[in-house]
Amino acid sequence: MKILVCISKAPDTTAKINFTDGNTKFDEAGVQYIVNPYDEWYALVRGIELKEANGGTVTTVTVGTAADDPIIRKALAIGADNAVRIDSEAKDAFFTAKQIAEYAKSEGFDLILTGKETINYNGSQVGAMIAELLDLPYVSLATDLQIAGSTATIKREAKGGKETVQVSTPLVLSASKGLAEQRIPNMRGIMAARTKPLNVVSPADVTPLTETVEYSLPPEKGGVKLIDPENMDELVSLLHNEAKVI
Amino acid sequence: MSVLVYIDSKGGVAKNSLEAVSYGSQVGGGSAVVVTSGDASNDDLAALGKYGASKVIAHNGDLDGQQTTKLVAEVAQAEGAKVIIFSQDLTGKAVAPRVAVRLNAGFVSGAIELPTSDFKVKVNAFSGKAQSLVKINSDVKVISVLPNSLGVTEGSGSAEVTSFSGDLGSAKVTITEQAEVSGDRAPLPEAELVVSAGRGLKGPENWGIVEDLADALEATTACSRPVADSGWRPHHEHVGQTGVAIRPNLYIAAGISGAIQHLAGVNGGKVIVVINTDPEAPFFKAADYGVVGDAFEVLPRLTEAVKKFKSA
Ligand SMILES: Cc1cc2nc3c(=O)[nH]c(=O)nc-3n(C[C@H](O)[C@H](O)[C@H](O)COP(=O)(O)OP(=O)(O)OC[C@H]3O[C@@H](n4cnc5c(N)ncnc54)[C@H](O)[C@@H]3O)c2cc1C
Ligand SMILES: Nc1ncnc2c1ncn2[C@@H]1O[C@H](COP(=O)(O)O)[C@@H](O)[C@H]1O
Repeated sequence: MKILVCISKAPDTTAKINFTDGNTKFDEAGVQYIVNPYDEWYALVRGIELKEANGGTVTTVTVGTAADDPIIRKALAIGADNAVRIDSEAKDAFFTAKQIAEYAKSEGFDLILTGKETINYNGSQVGAMIAELLDLPYVSLATDLQIAGSTATIKREAKGGKETVQVSTPLVLSASKGLAEQRIPNMRGIMAARTKPLNVVSPADVTPLTETVEYSLPPEKGGVKLIDPENMDELVSLLHNEAKVI
Repeated sequence: MSVLVYIDSKGGVAKNSLEAVSYGSQVGGGSAVVVTSGDASNDDLAALGKYGASKVIAHNGDLDGQQTTKLVAEVAQAEGAKVIIFSQDLTGKAVAPRVAVRLNAGFVSGAIELPTSDFKVKVNAFSGKAQSLVKINSDVKVISVLPNSLGVTEGSGSAEVTSFSGDLGSAKVTITEQAEVSGDRAPLPEAELVVSAGRGLKGPENWGIVEDLADALEATTACSRPVADSGWRPHHEHVGQTGVAIRPNLYIAAGISGAIQHLAGVNGGKVIVVINTDPEAPFFKAADYGVVGDAFEVLPRLTEAVKKFKSA
């Protein structure tokens, strides 16, 4: 089975979020990047598990610059076989999806896995766009994925509950929590990752359709009002009369 | 401007769908066309007129993502829609990006405000730690609306309901099993009231006091990540940066320290109440109301106070 896993970078979850250039750019000073957790913990690990069980290859693809190489090496250390980096900043979701689709269209992947969303843009867009560009089915927010022959059986979140669906490969799937258990790379994996192929390819000519023009920080809270733990009637009254939420 | 709104009406018209219709009709200067798939009654669909729908084009029955994409794209083209609105619910997440690609439209997901006249749309970024203003530069535009972040404007009126008659091909993704979770309570992403607890509750056997408060308030229950990871609570209750992101009107957190990854998924909540024995717990900085006390005493007391208030 040929599996492609889309890997993006995200600021470390404890990073301070600040902006520069008149609030038009994310301030990267001192920011440590990690593999987007949904991509690493769930999409990548499930891809590797399927390869271990059924044979095949796991390739990762990242739209990004050389600054992304460390997170790509991490994905290789966890167990991907080879990596592709499409050498451009990820300008918007359409731009990113189109780059990945252009690369993937002649490669014949059986399975394209993405995370549920990037934790910096929270767009949940790229996976469905790749599917549309390649005219493939897309199953979003999967919590379980089994493959038998060319049939995938997938559990996913659904309106008001959960559902199990069946679909033939090839397909695109976005990974939610539960799809796999996080793996920590070991020393052997880290050493092996240094020599695994990381192919840098040039981007296709694509015009992004959206642009971020300004960032802002959410309004600050006015400070906490402390309530006597003995007096929960007061809290209820405040929630009703002041906050108007009950 | 001609605006089309898609709503998923499987199992009826949910509140987040009304929010999308309201949003669409405001973008459309007072009215919008609605396209839907699902099984809502004609009366329920006609009632969308109260939220600004001029007409509703309905497809009855289940569709997969590619069929729904075709439905929306065909109606958008037939109606000459310049803007297509979705709710950022499960169907919206799966279908809106596809529709955008099919129509060469720029897409912004999770809008928390109406677009400006030059189509700049405000959304949350960095898991709610910041917001960004995203400009759509294409001729046709697609926007999805974050549930529970914009109200609904209710007026009067009734929409004309017609059925969609085109051919949408056959489904490639087939549903083989469906299971409901948490029955009568609102699912977390749409819940207005949420009661949540963390490791401070010490073990799964103590969750009765959390559920009692949730029952009294008719709230949905949630938990911190280690609680779900230890199997004390089901995974779907895990909120935060790597769990579900929520924006309830009221979030009550007991025995949760308020780590930055937890806050990232809940700080969109309008009013936050924190119950913690440790006055230095970081969560108090993000709270509107704080109770420094033992959850094992405070939660039952709060439940009683809520019951008293509700029966008064
Ligand atoms: C990449 C990454 C992603 C993460 N994503 C998430 C996420 O999505 N969601 C999430 O929640 N976490 C996430 N975490 C974990 C997060 O960092 C914290 O470890 C976690 O939120 C702590 O959970 P907690 O508050 O329940 O437990 P603790 O931090 O152990 O806090 C327990 C709290 O309970 C209080 N307490 C103890 N006894 C009582 C009592 N009797 N009454 C009242 N209060 C009491 C204590 O004072 C303490 O503040 C993530 C971490 C990483 C590294
Ligand atoms: N620059 C990128 N390179 C490769 N994959 C990406 C990139 N950006 C996003 N993705 C993938 O698309 C998923 C959804 O991203 P988003 O639409 O930004 O929420 C992520 O979890 C990744 O798997």
